[in-house]
Amino acid sequence: MEHTTMTTKLISLHNAIKKYVHDGDLLYASGFTHLIPFAAGHEIIRQGIKDLVLARATPDLIYDQMVAAGCARKVIFSYIGNPGVGSLRMVRAGIEKGELEWEEYSHFSMISRLQAGASGLPFMPMKQTGAADLMKHNPQYQQVTDPYTGECVIVVPPLKPDVAIVHVQRSDAQGNAHVWGILGEQRLAAFAAQHVILTAEEIVDEAVIRSDPNRTLIPGLVVDAVCHVPYCAHPSYTQGYHDRDNDFYLAWDEISKTDEGIQAYLKEWVYDLPDRQAYWEKLGPEVHQRLHAGERLSAPVNYGEY
Amino acid sequence: MEEIEYNPQELMVVNAARLLRDGDVVFVGVGIPNLACNLAMRTHAPNLQMIYEAGVIGAQPARLPLSIGDPSLVTGALSVCSMYDIFTLYLQRGNVDVGFLGGAQIDQFGNINATVIGDYAHPKVRLPGSGGSMEIAAWANRCYIITPHQKRRFPARVDFRTSIGFLTGGDARAKTGVRGGGPEAIVTNLGLMKPDETGELVLTALHPGIQFEQVQENTGWAIRQAPNCETTAPPNPEELRILREELDPQRIYI
Repeated sequence: MEHTTMTTKLISLHNAIKKYVHDGDLLYASGFTHLIPFAAGHEIIRQGIKDLVLARATPDLIYDQMVAAGCARKVIFSYIGNPGVGSLRMVRAGIEKGELEWEEYSHFSMISRLQAGASGLPFMPMKQTGAADLMKHNPQYQQVTDPYTGECVIVVPPLKPDVAIVHVQRSDAQGNAHVWGILGEQRLAAFAAQHVILTAEEIVDEAVIRSDPNRTLIPGLVVDAVCHVPYCAHPSYTQGYHDRDNDFYLAWDEISKTDEGIQAYLKEWVYDLPDRQAYWEKLGPEVHQRLHAGERLSAPVNYGEY
Repeated sequence: MEEIEYNPQELMVVNAARLLRDGDVVFVGVGIPNLACNLAMRTHAPNLQMIYEAGVIGAQPARLPLSIGDPSLVTGALSVCSMYDIFTLYLQRGNVDVGFLGGAQIDQFGNINATVIGDYAHPKVRLPGSGGSMEIAAWANRCYIITPHQKRRFPARVDFRTSIGFLTGGDARAKTGVRGGGPEAIVTNLGLMKPDETGELVLTALHPGIQFEQVQENTGWAIRQAPNCETTAPPNPEELRILREELDPQRIYI
């Protein structure tokens, strides 16, 4: 019997960025400390894309680098810090100098915006926090009366990125993806966005995905492009594949102290390299060894034969 | 008696750990609060349950986590969920007993500023912002703040209210309808402050060898000393051994 073959969504990261990320777009590169798609950020920098509105709960080094490279007009965030280290110098300087627009939330209200966007709702309600100062400065926060109790609840509008970039451990060629470890806002970002670029450590056969459907957090039906990008998340990490490079997070604090330092970094590690494979090779065996993840397998589950 | 030496970080961790109760569900960050929870777990609170805002429940990290999303928090944890779940099912729902908070400024009524020094629109110093603290301060049953005691950190009023304490005191907090009880204690390197019945922070304990005058000098308002102000017991050898040998042998946070 003849089978029709499904069209593959496999495409290079270079081509995916070219096709789906445009000047002025609202971009959400997802991942809460885990699975941050740095390779995609670097590719956007290389392609010289401008005026982006960069949304992330924690802009992290990926947006600090993109802001430094002149890709951003505005940031939407809930915590601007270098996690575990200190200040996020470029984003902070941009705000302090008035060169970068910003829109600010708490983690929960930021994630609630994605939840509204991902669920097709006009807003998400949340309980009172009593912290009125941020609400005063950000008119996206509103209050409505709960029709059932008469009490006041805070509401935030949906966040609907033009493009979400989501890194995962493994995906099939259609973008059905298994994710484990810290899940952050990966799934919400994928469902909230107009277009989704998926980057994966491994491209696997559909049968691997079907062997454990509960682990499929992102279904191919919301995915536009699937890119095979091992080590995409460095200097953040991918659970079970490589560790977080805390040394680099510390190093960035030094690098980002001066404009020369940043420009030298961008030249050496972004502009002068063609892709993530070259970047990973350039990091060298010592770093590879230091970030090695080791093995701790889960107990298998029985889905049953029916 | 032999004099035991300890540094201000160790002193704060030990005193914060002692505030935790066995069975508490704690919403915890990395660094000093993480050490305090682990110390409590290894001493008087073996049934403490630690929840991280990254979505990890019952973490058993094999190494000292250096960021809020460290992979070692996941390996061997009881459960991992999304950020939306951690903030709704756990925090908003009322399943969190204790939240730890920090910030650049803490005022007389325990309100916290982690957002900005100066004007919001034209900031003199731009700070990281809320992260999870706005909701933790409002929704955890009780909150603890651990911070060094410096005048600039304890102004009479904060420049920006990132997270709620007792607002202007009295019933101001209750009137907002937030579910949690608010700050229960502030642990510093000089002593402990707790809110009185009006929500104003008063000094309730001094660490060994510290004088009240030192606290007043380092506080931005005329702080009152509680009539029954105590002296904290110094960190004991076992607490220090656990901290130095088991929890932070590389002395990253202590």
